[in-house]
Amino acid sequence: MNATTILLAGVGGQGTILAADLLAHAASAAGLDVKVSEIHGMAQRGGSVSTVVRFGDAVESMVTDLGSADCIVSFETTEALRNLPYLKEGGFLLVNDETIKPLTVLTGKAGMPAHVHERLADLGALVIPATQLAIDAGNAKASNVVLLGALSNKLSFPVEAWTETIKKRVPPKTIDCNLTAFDSGRAYAS
Amino acid sequence: MQLMSGNEAIAQGAWEAGARIGVAYPGTPSTETLECFAKKEGVYAEWCVNEKVAVEVGLGASAAGARVLSTMKHVGVNVAADPLFTAAYTGVGGGFVILAADDPGMYSSQNEQDSHYYAQAAHVPMLDPADSSEALSFTRDAYELSEKFDLPVMIRSSVRISHTKTMVEPRERKEVDLVPYEKSPAKWVMMPAFSKPRRKDQLKRIDELREWVETCPYNTVIKNKKDLGVICAGAVFQHVIEALPEASVFKLGVTWPLPKQALTTFAESVDTLVVIEEASEYLHDAVCALGIHVDELPNPLPRDGELSPGLIKQAFGAQVPAHHDAPTDIPNRPPALCPGCPHRVVYKELSRIKAIVTGDIGCYTLGALPPLSCVDTCVDMGASVSMAHGMELALAGTEHRPVVGVIGDSTFAHSGLSSLISTVYNQGSGTICILDNRTTAMTGRQGNAFNGETLQKRPSRELDLEGVIRALGVEDVSTIDPYDVKAVRGALKAATTSDTLSVLIFRRPCVLLERHFEAPLTVNGNCIACGACTAIGCPALEKAADGPAKINPTLCIGCGQCQQYCPTGAIEKTTNA
Repeated sequence: MNATTILLAGVGGQGTILAADLLAHAASAAGLDVKVSEIHGMAQRGGSVSTVVRFGDAVESMVTDLGSADCIVSFETTEALRNLPYLKEGGFLLVNDETIKPLTVLTGKAGMPAHVHERLADLGALVIPATQLAIDAGNAKASNVVLLGALSNKLSFPVEAWTETIKKRVPPKTIDCNLTAFDSGRAYAS
Repeated sequence: MQLMSGNEAIAQGAWEAGARIGVAYPGTPSTETLECFAKKEGVYAEWCVNEKVAVEVGLGASAAGARVLSTMKHVGVNVAADPLFTAAYTGVGGGFVILAADDPGMYSSQNEQDSHYYAQAAHVPMLDPADSSEALSFTRDAYELSEKFDLPVMIRSSVRISHTKTMVEPRERKEVDLVPYEKSPAKWVMMPAFSKPRRKDQLKRIDELREWVETCPYNTVIKNKKDLGVICAGAVFQHVIEALPEASVFKLGVTWPLPKQALTTFAESVDTLVVIEEASEYLHDAVCALGIHVDELPNPLPRDGELSPGLIKQAFGAQVPAHHDAPTDIPNRPPALCPGCPHRVVYKELSRIKAIVTGDIGCYTLGALPPLSCVDTCVDMGASVSMAHGMELALAGTEHRPVVGVIGDSTFAHSGLSSLISTVYNQGSGTICILDNRTTAMTGRQGNAFNGETLQKRPSRELDLEGVIRALGVEDVSTIDPYDVKAVRGALKAATTSDTLSVLIFRRPCVLLERHFEAPLTVNGNCIACGACTAIGCPALEKAADGPAKINPTLCIGCGQCQQYCPTGAIEKTTNA
């Protein structure tokens, strides 16, 4: 019952699955049991996606419940609000400052929620310009690793567990860029 | 130790057991299992055109002595059911293991049927792993069991087993020789003269299995407090031990046959006995049928969808933890056809002519969602073609909207072909559109008979789709580029106004296949904000309520579909790729 639950939320194609993979391997490198539950298939076509990573001395269930996630890492602002009911009281909400309009909005059938930044601020969320920090690090796609850098401050894994995992699991040509992205997310949130 | 998904672990288990042949048709959540198996040393693996063919190829390979893995999603078992039931009579040569991957919660399926019922109905033993470690070891052991009991063995997974990564300890492969094939009509020729005695032999094997299951190592009892005992299996077991840490638990690793004596003993050891399972009443009914009294939960669990620890706690009276209410102003974000998807124009044009569209299984089912809102039905693989024929039969002699069946290339190979043969044979009319995007897109772009790509990149041949259809006797067969709006419109008009059966092949590769993108388009000052472009439902296009259209240059691939719908020439090419 001591497992930590992280819900990674975003839009299909944003790289939540790779982020979950890195987080899980970092947890494993830190000596913890870990489970990662993904949803593939139809949801990938630009729809809402979420992946649950749970780690601790022993992890049982692979899913999370309302009011049960220790942390939500949202790759997109609207998805942060959508997934809010899963956040535990006092949980940590980390949000990439990027907004992607769904098709229902693009075609004028629905509107975007109002005052998103104010609402996220009221919730105590840490909103981070992960995409810009990733571009500064050399590749916009590394925004997921910027978010992991920001998350790393809240977790007790030794920093080597993160850096060794990144070195092992990202494509070799992108190691330096991803390490820079990780550091910049970590520095931003510290 | 390493992290593996359940699917990777099943592939690893089969490989460790010396399986040398793998057969499947892709289907979420099973697909990666065979893809992973295919990459291993010393194996042959192929995509078959459907699950029935896969199980028959598998049974042939097993008869000839090889250990075989066949994988499919739950609804694939429906297609494979015919050989499966009789394979439980013939039995096997080399061990034959079949994965059925269920989708409770329907993340990527048309229903949430429970594959346990197949094991029970076909009399095929079923192992039910609760994490990747068990997925690996159960699959590895299943080959021994299959050969010992002379039966195929099913592994039952669910989306939370197949797509959850947990720690496993992989081992080396054990090479296994072919079991020598010997001619044996009494075992392999299931005509009445042989199947009657073989049925008696099957019952004997089932009795042996029932005896074995009482003490087999796959069922485990966790002894805790005696006031509550829970029977459960698979992913649900993990939710149960988290939600009810003080309960005693009978964890079924074999969900058919059930161990009558062991379960009775467990039932007697606890004050209250409940069964916890998701999306089905299989286990509950099967335990009751053993004559064991099952108590009701204090509060009922949902009868559909997935379970979670929270739902189980609430069934025992716990309150939902404090949480934020779901904001009510968040727009839905359903999946959508990709920018540049070659299916989009066909749907837009079918909407224009107000066709009744019988749909099928694939990415193109997304044509049912707004703004295209074009697909009228989606039931199972191949049903677009046969349901269109049925609709034509019912509407014959009435004034009716054109009936059009829409099916993908891979789905057509899977089951649409036999439907079309039936329509031709019965002199059916109507229009069938084959959206040939050169791949099996929804499950992650696997090869199929009509693109000629094989799983292990072995040389193959691309079947001639037009030739096959003409050979069936369809005279009106044409091939159209689905990016060309005028051509699509003209072809649909001609086909839907003629009295004969027409097959239109819309051929253009899936945009995710070659990823050859043109420079993005842009909107110039001619835009009159009419909304004709956004009505095609491209995620790269946006229009405020009364403002002009905008194109998102990071999403636009310059396909030019929207350009053709713009009445004022307001969409033009840019030069910055």
